[in-house]
Amino acid sequence: MERHISQRFDSDLEALKSQVLEMGGVVEQQIIDSVKAIESVDRTLAEHVLSVEDDVDRREVLLDENCTMILACRQPAASDLRMVLSVTKMTRDLERMGDEAQKIAQMAIALSDDGAAPGGYESIRHMGALVQKMVNSVLDAFARFDADKALDVARADTQVDREYQSAMREIVTYMMEDPRSIGRVMNIIWALRSIERIGDHARNIAEHIIYLVKGLDVRHTSVHEIEMRLNKS
Amino acid sequence: MSSNSGYNRLFDPMQETGRPLDFAQHGLGNKTVGNSFSDKAKMSVRNLNVYYDDKQAIHDVSLDINRNEVMAMIGPSGCGKSTFLRCLNRMNDTIDNCKVEGEVTLDEHNIYDRKQDVVPLRARVGIVFQKPNPFPKSIYENVAYGPRVHGLVSRRAQLDEIVEDSLRRASLWDEVKDRLFSSGTGLSGGQQQRLCIARTIAVNPEVILMDEPCSALDPIATARIEELMADLSQNFTIAIVTHSMQQAARVSNRTAYFHMGRLIEVNDTRRVFTNPEHALTEAYITGRFG
Repeated sequence: MERHISQRFDSDLEALKSQVLEMGGVVEQQIIDSVKAIESVDRTLAEHVLSVEDDVDRREVLLDENCTMILACRQPAASDLRMVLSVTKMTRDLERMGDEAQKIAQMAIALSDDGAAPGGYESIRHMGALVQKMVNSVLDAFARFDADKALDVARADTQVDREYQSAMREIVTYMMEDPRSIGRVMNIIWALRSIERIGDHARNIAEHIIYLVKGLDVRHTSVHEIEMRLNKS
Repeated sequence: MSSNSGYNRLFDPMQETGRPLDFAQHGLGNKTVGNSFSDKAKMSVRNLNVYYDDKQAIHDVSLDINRNEVMAMIGPSGCGKSTFLRCLNRMNDTIDNCKVEGEVTLDEHNIYDRKQDVVPLRARVGIVFQKPNPFPKSIYENVAYGPRVHGLVSRRAQLDEIVEDSLRRASLWDEVKDRLFSSGTGLSGGQQQRLCIARTIAVNPEVILMDEPCSALDPIATARIEELMADLSQNFTIAIVTHSMQQAARVSNRTAYFHMGRLIEVNDTRRVFTNPEHALTEAYITGRFG
């Protein structure tokens, strides 16, 4: 993309992009650590995940302030406007991903207090890996303004949703087999639910990237429809 | 921090991609992007070429302006948007070295027809200029002049009615009703411009052309004129040239982008300002070239 006549506007937008990627990096690490903490019942790591939250919140507020300033001072249009609007929405999704990572960390602490659950760890590991890849890819897609890569993330979310349903069926059998384990198994269920929600947020971010790059609003749209609209654009 | 975290993406050499601004690919000779033609056209311009001596200022522009729409024309200085606007009521006739080719129709009649008298044409297609230019007469006379010379009134009471109605439609009546016989030049800039608009609409035009009507006004006067444009578009067709992209975005239904005498893109204003189709439009409205 050509530079703006105003170099300061370029710097403002570049700073915005860097700040989103930095915040994304912090949240991504939070997710990696929270899944690892629950898999390995690592209380120290889980507590570390909780301690990062303030940093994520601070970054969200700063990004919102910067977006507000750009809107007020630059009155951006077209791709610049879409950039600022997408960033405000992406920041919100990133912050919520951080919240979900916190919930996973809290479940890890609960499991370290109550003793391990009888099963479900494999699902956490598997879904956790899928979602981590989604988060990684969606941040890459943003860094490269790559709508096709964002579409891949939306596709991956469908797979995560399927895995979540299958994991739930498996976990219900643990509860039926040993009702005494229900309390501990519930912690696994909540953690899986949070992982699934992180996938949803990654998909939201993917949709914001498609809007940013192509100007297409693909919210509330199936992956198939997104593909068709991208092919037409 | 893991090796694949977001921090590292900051240094990714691929990150500066996005939609390219490829002037060769989006060559200026290409067909206009968007829909220039309409079946609801009040004015139609076909293959317009305008020359000042040997210099061509407008290159083969075709564009329809719909009934009761506000059409904004934007583009960098010297892109031909004001020249284009002035072709719509033959104001370019007053420039000796200006030559106009092509067809401009108003309700399907070619306004460049030899038999066309420009005086009634300019009553049907009025114009408001950048700088307010009231006559050095009273407020009343400024508005009454047009209807009088065009023979639109036979009685004084009728003229009074037109003056009041025009001033009301220009949102000026309440401010001047007690001093109608004071000089029009004694009004503030914003009031003078609204007086010029009242003068234009007093002869009951069908189309109002506005050539940067707010560029000499403060934000409050500008807001009043913009509000007025929205009201006027209920009854008139408006074509406005503006350097303020925010103004074009606020007041118009469709926006046409001109560049170096060519019509590059014409589209719904919402589309132009959120997701323009042509890279040149994008570059201009995002401030990427001067």
